[in-house]
Amino acid sequence: MAQGFNRTEMLPPLPPPVTERGAIKWLRENLFSTPFNVVLTLFGVAVIYLLLQSALPWWLNSVWNAESLSQCREIVAATAGPDATGACWAMIRERWHQFLFGFYPPAEYWRPILAFGLLFAALAPVLYSGQKRSLTILLGGVLAFLLLTLYLSAAPSSVFVVAVLLVLGMLALVQMQPGKLIWFTLLYPALTFWLLWGGSVWSPIVAMAGFAILYGVFRLASPLIGLAPAAGAGVVAAVLWWLYIDVPTVNLLQSALPFSIPAIASDQFGGFLLAIVIGVTGISFSLPIGILLALGRQSDMPIVKWLSVGFIEFIRGVPLITLLFTASLLLQYFLPPGTNFDIILRVIILVTFFAAAYLAEVIRGGLAALPRGQYEAADALGLDYWRAQRLIILPQALKVSIPAIVSTFIGLFKDTTLVAFVGLMDPLKGVTQIVRADIDWKGIYWEPYIFVGAIFFLICFGMSRYSMYLERKLKTDHR
Amino acid sequence: MKKSVFFGALAATTLVAGLAGAATLDDIKARGELLCGSNTGLTGFGAPDASGSWAGFDVDLCRAVAAAVLGDPNKVKFVPTTGETRFTALQSGEVDLLVRNSTWTSSRDSELALDFVAVNYYDGQGFMVKKDLGVSSAKELDGATVCIQTGTTTELNLADFFKQNNITYQPVTVADDSEAQRQYVAGACDAYTTDASGLAASRATLPDAENHIILPEIISKEPLGPVVRHGDSNWGDVVRWTYYALLIAEEKGVTSANVEEVLASTTDEEVKRLLGASGDMGAKFGLDNDAFKRSIAAVGNYGEIFSRNIGEGTTINLARGLNALWTQGGLQYAPPFR
Repeated sequence: MAQGFNRTEMLPPLPPPVTERGAIKWLRENLFSTPFNVVLTLFGVAVIYLLLQSALPWWLNSVWNAESLSQCREIVAATAGPDATGACWAMIRERWHQFLFGFYPPAEYWRPILAFGLLFAALAPVLYSGQKRSLTILLGGVLAFLLLTLYLSAAPSSVFVVAVLLVLGMLALVQMQPGKLIWFTLLYPALTFWLLWGGSVWSPIVAMAGFAILYGVFRLASPLIGLAPAAGAGVVAAVLWWLYIDVPTVNLLQSALPFSIPAIASDQFGGFLLAIVIGVTGISFSLPIGILLALGRQSDMPIVKWLSVGFIEFIRGVPLITLLFTASLLLQYFLPPGTNFDIILRVIILVTFFAAAYLAEVIRGGLAALPRGQYEAADALGLDYWRAQRLIILPQALKVSIPAIVSTFIGLFKDTTLVAFVGLMDPLKGVTQIVRADIDWKGIYWEPYIFVGAIFFLICFGMSRYSMYLERKLKTDHR
Repeated sequence: MKKSVFFGALAATTLVAGLAGAATLDDIKARGELLCGSNTGLTGFGAPDASGSWAGFDVDLCRAVAAAVLGDPNKVKFVPTTGETRFTALQSGEVDLLVRNSTWTSSRDSELALDFVAVNYYDGQGFMVKKDLGVSSAKELDGATVCIQTGTTTELNLADFFKQNNITYQPVTVADDSEAQRQYVAGACDAYTTDASGLAASRATLPDAENHIILPEIISKEPLGPVVRHGDSNWGDVVRWTYYALLIAEEKGVTSANVEEVLASTTDEEVKRLLGASGDMGAKFGLDNDAFKRSIAAVGNYGEIFSRNIGEGTTINLARGLNALWTQGGLQYAPPFR
């Protein structure tokens, strides 16, 4: 009986050849797959090596404790040899507060810090509308941030308690009725204005009452005279309030119930405080204005249409620098002598207009992308113009425009550095220049740019990540 | 020249508007604060320190004026102005006074409708080179690469100088002083040219200052001084004589430290008038009689201001040179105080 050669058991699998597995496989496939890729890889490695060779010692020899640039140089020379280079971060250590707050009085640093923390609480209902879990996490983050930074900035204990109670209250509200948090968002502009510029607590309250009057007149009059005339009447009533009743009322209330914090003039603002004030105000006001302009441009009413087109084309056709110079120089000529129209306010208004014109075109792109059937369907449902826009058109149009809108926002935030040209203390050029004007730090070059650039990157990267999250969340099609 | 016509027209408009509400001095007294247009940061001449308070050679003149007018050298609001915004800020009334190392030129006097009331610093354009270049005069800079800030009068002066001397150069244009310094250190240019005071400050902060020299040639006149609007001569007089008071104080040896002592003991009639002990010189300007005494007490005399901010002994280490008193061979000369 011939012995068969059939195996009865399976051989264990051999490992793949060494060139087809692990790191070597990865290298072969990704870096050395063709002669051309070999050349590119070697070239890339050489470039990285050269970059590291020139920059790495500079980073490694960083000096954090010194009084001046020359002292930095001495320390680097003493520790790393006479020809070594090293970063002098001691400048940041000594001047970081000017990069962040400008000339804001150090004793009042808690005010911008509190406003900054509450900014996220105010944004929360807009960013994560009605999502209990995300809102709780965000508000928890705000609470932790405020606890830490208010402690570090030596805020008065009463402020500490009020801020913590406020955020805790909002946390409790979120657990019960997350939708109600939007009321805080509406109050936030007045609160921040008061926190940052100070003065009597009554001025923002009385100014906000103007909006209440606008709304009240609108609600009372709209059943009688129709929507648009009622809105007009409301605006007139509010303007009359602000022009004639506002100031006397504030004075009266202030004398009856005095409560104020030290007033801070606009020229004390600088650094990232200034950039964020201009950026956040510009962003939050340019979006609604941009939407209205985009709708106006598509309107059937000729006056509305041509006004919108004229505004958009004029503002978009002019460089932002020109608008800033207009804000800082030309307006002074046209206003009566002695008018003190705050320079930051002037700049914010023109920056907002600038961003609104760009946003209007972005949103118009979104509107144009909607199939005509959507408009017709809205009409067929019997919705009036504003309902159709609010319920059907805009949600879709805004969704497709999200990436472009956020791009505009990021651009706007970075453009805030241009205010340096009208003598405001922006973080990049303004503060850097006064730091370099100090004989101790004259000649310092990369460090301020890197520091300011890093902070800008963090903020802009955050905005960009949020827009990607929003796109994922709102994705309803299945492409 | 369209631009200057435009600015000229603007200036004329303001002049008309300005005349209507002239009396800058009264405005300042009513406001309780002097609005002083300053640099956005220039080493030694004007910049805020780490705590945000302004200091410098130009800044001290603003403080002296505030002390004279309002009695307190700290009642000044410094408004940072850039090269582009400075004159418009003055014309439009955003600032009362501009002390911002601005060069006095005829077109600024006429076309821009400004008044330069004095010269508090005589500057001029110079060159800095590395020692191992082996150059000892700017005329030997044939074919050199020169770092120069764009959009300044220094650019024109440089072109003129090289043309007159029949030599060539290659400009390396830079945006501002810090970039110029960086390019110069990195070897992108053989020479760096700007105002001599700026060169001295740059040189002082180089890691190897001893390897760099400032060439002896000064190729332009840059008289820098305080500027006021046309049309309010009284205010111009106040600024001018506050400045001259500081000069006379140096001439007569009155300092911030000894001003009270001198006031009590002096027999010099001019010093008595200056400090308000006799006559009513202050009142003639619409000021208190001891206005100039307050200025001297607040910031010291011209020599003190100079040596505290930019003079020998500071890191910048500028010699008095043209800015010495006329009695010591300089150009600083005050008319008699009588």
